[in-house]
Amino acid sequence: MSVSIDARGPRWSAVITTVVLAIALVTSSVWLIAFQAVVFAIGALRGPQFTPYAFIFKNVIKPRLKSTVTFEDVRPPQFAKAIGLVFTLVAIIGSATGAGGVFTVAVGFALAAAFLNAAFNYCLGCQMYLLILRARF
Amino acid sequence: MKTFIPLAFVLVLATGYGLWYQRTRGEFRKKKTVNGPKLTAAIVGTELGARATMVQFSSAFCTPCRATKVLLEDMVKTMTDVRYAHIDAESHLELVRELNILSTPTTLFLNHAGVEVGRAMGTPKRAQVHAALAAIH
Repeated sequence: MSVSIDARGPRWSAVITTVVLAIALVTSSVWLIAFQAVVFAIGALRGPQFTPYAFIFKNVIKPRLKSTVTFEDVRPPQFAKAIGLVFTLVAIIGSATGAGGVFTVAVGFALAAAFLNAAFNYCLGCQMYLLILRARF
Repeated sequence: MKTFIPLAFVLVLATGYGLWYQRTRGEFRKKKTVNGPKLTAAIVGTELGARATMVQFSSAFCTPCRATKVLLEDMVKTMTDVRYAHIDAESHLELVRELNILSTPTTLFLNHAGVEVGRAMGTPKRAQVHAALAAIH
């Protein structure tokens, strides 16, 4: 049985991620993307409940929330962080090699995913995992 | 270099897609082609219902899969002629490909003969399941 976490945590983390990625896209800031890549890496490798955003959720946002707590499996948001990590790494490589278009497109996709999650409770793992499996085997 | 064009582009497209995504989750879609493959008890792992069978495909990185399973299991409890089957998509990739399952959760609605009459992607509402089952004779 895998770990369960407060379902509101990943959703609020997606809100913060959306803001960070939006600023990075507007300012073309590779440093901000590098920071976000580290956040994604922590979420993908250790778990989404250990990121700085989860820390902000737990200490700043959660005490102010009145909605009832629902728990969810930690694996779907962890998968989403891994996808985010891939996009941000592609963006960093694009920027380092002078391919500004690659940076913009990769950050754009990461932003779209984070925004969809924050605004529409979009489940990236639901939509992408089977497609990845089907493409590989 | 500051530009808001990529940001606006991403947010507009993602909002459009998100609205479509939210509206279509759980919606029962009638199968357009005449007859798909006939599923048997051996394939779905459960005896088929006398009138209908709901076959849910799930994966690990899928938050709404559990809610769907809880709902459908609860609904068939009070139905004598409808059965529910649950399949892990990852360990049945050949079947997933044959049935063209693209995302999880996907629930197939089979008639008494084990032929798919339609499917729903995402967590359906109770009323949507009732309506889909009512259309199967």
